[in-house]
Amino acid sequence: MPDLAISVSDLSKKYDSGLAVSHSNFQVPAGTICGFVGPNGAGKTTTIRMLLGLISPTGGTGEILGQSITSPDKYLSQVGAMIEGPAFYPALSGAENLRVLATLGGFPIERVDQLLEQVGLAERGKSKYKTYSLGMKQRLGIAAALLPDPKLLILDEPTNGLDPEGIQEIRQLLRSLADKGTTVFVSSHLLSELELISEYLVMLRKGEVVFAGPMQDLFDAQQPFMLVKTENESDLAKIISLAANAGHKAHIRDGVAHIEGPAEWAGVLNKLAFEAGILLTQLSPQLPNLEETFFEMTGDQK
Amino acid sequence: MILSVVRIFFAEWRKLRRPTLLLGTLGAVAFFSVLVSSLLFLLIDSPQGNGDRGVRITREMLALPSGSTQAFSSIGNLLGIIALCVFAAQTAQEYSLGTLRNLLVRQPGRIRLLVGKLASMKVFAIFMTLVGAIISIGVSFALAGGKDVNTALWFNSDGRIEIAKTALNVYISVLGFGIIGMVLGILLRSPISSISIGVLWLLIIENIVGAVKSSTLEWLPGSQLATVAAGGTETISYTHALSLSGIYVGVALIIATTLFTKRDVAN
Repeated sequence: MPDLAISVSDLSKKYDSGLAVSHSNFQVPAGTICGFVGPNGAGKTTTIRMLLGLISPTGGTGEILGQSITSPDKYLSQVGAMIEGPAFYPALSGAENLRVLATLGGFPIERVDQLLEQVGLAERGKSKYKTYSLGMKQRLGIAAALLPDPKLLILDEPTNGLDPEGIQEIRQLLRSLADKGTTVFVSSHLLSELELISEYLVMLRKGEVVFAGPMQDLFDAQQPFMLVKTENESDLAKIISLAANAGHKAHIRDGVAHIEGPAEWAGVLNKLAFEAGILLTQLSPQLPNLEETFFEMTGDQK
Repeated sequence: MILSVVRIFFAEWRKLRRPTLLLGTLGAVAFFSVLVSSLLFLLIDSPQGNGDRGVRITREMLALPSGSTQAFSSIGNLLGIIALCVFAAQTAQEYSLGTLRNLLVRQPGRIRLLVGKLASMKVFAIFMTLVGAIISIGVSFALAGGKDVNTALWFNSDGRIEIAKTALNVYISVLGFGIIGMVLGILLRSPISSISIGVLWLLIIENIVGAVKSSTLEWLPGSQLATVAAGGTETISYTHALSLSGIYVGVALIIATTLFTKRDVAN
């Protein structure tokens, strides 16, 4: 069993409105990048809040860096976090905001300038936070999370508001942190980004963990599929019916039929369509990717 | 524990010392100090009175060792309202801006966080009190000569004791108002709500209730804190006001601390 950065067992949070997180079980090995995904309202932020001691679980247990989440003071000095987007004092400069947190946590004040440099805010460090763009605020949030030189970095939607170049920079930053041994637990809606950087994945749906483990295990468990378009959109239903009759699961999403099956079966489908008088305008075999798998497993719509 | 509180103190101080807040607050303190001190001396011969609620403060009263602090002690209430606004805003904004979650990630000891924040605000209240004292005594001294008020006893040993005593009383009062603001900030989690409810209660509701039934002024919290600043009044003794203020502030702090430590930080 590798060292675990995060381990939760039967973790639950119940509000008056219902269970926000239901008996979650997952583990995140130390030194990895772990994606944390789920549709809106799946319980990602509630889980993160529990891991950071901001809210109390109503059931189950959890450990961060070997310490119980009921004693956050024992591990939070080694944890950096940005939850629900950046939150700072608008009237203070970016640098002064970081100094407030550095002073509070007992971290060297010199780190503030280094981190501003690292996240590309060196030239705007003295500007008031309220003058920052969304992307700059996001960068400041990441800098704040890096203040403790964390062993575990928990980021909630770190690439919100960033341009493609910024997203790439953050991806490289997270990769370099993981290479140095930092565990990165990152939630994002940018599934293609997570697919590029994550080795582990935790997927939530309606408060329950539907997958937790190495990313490759997830893909190995998925069927290859093909995307099919027809000249007349009304023929898609017929294609779905043809596939179903041949024993292949299929559904329509965004005007495209998604049909499970190996690439070799594409020829058979093409023949079946031709015989049924349906003209195909696209027939492309696909390997499972995170986005497709996510929609498959969470039942969420694009 | 102590080291954590010291860190929280200095982190909070970084927020309190920003020029717009510090200078703005001290500017308001200076304005009210000048206003009340000036009116006290400029209206000294007015038949409508020159003190709070039409009370006449004569030259003879102002010539006593306590004369230098007459104006200062009567602005305690106003300084208290300013402290309430500042403390309430500083506390409630942590919820409304979402910065409380950052603070709690860096300092999960919630009681320590509250103690450190309060310690920092106490120092802020000292600055407010000192500025109020210096300006109101300075203006009083400057205007006294022109209005034939004898200041010979103001700065002798009795006078200095009066100044120190009044400064302490005003400080206790300002702190009491400030803590009530802080508690409202924790309870309501919105700067606008906590400031408006606090000010509405202290400036309007207490005055209406007191006007309808004057005996209630012996029990209302704002009235007690104002009485502490004044060092006692004819109708409310200093000891009564101080004890009752202590009970109000203590109970409010217990409720706020319990809520602050137990409540989920979900925003």
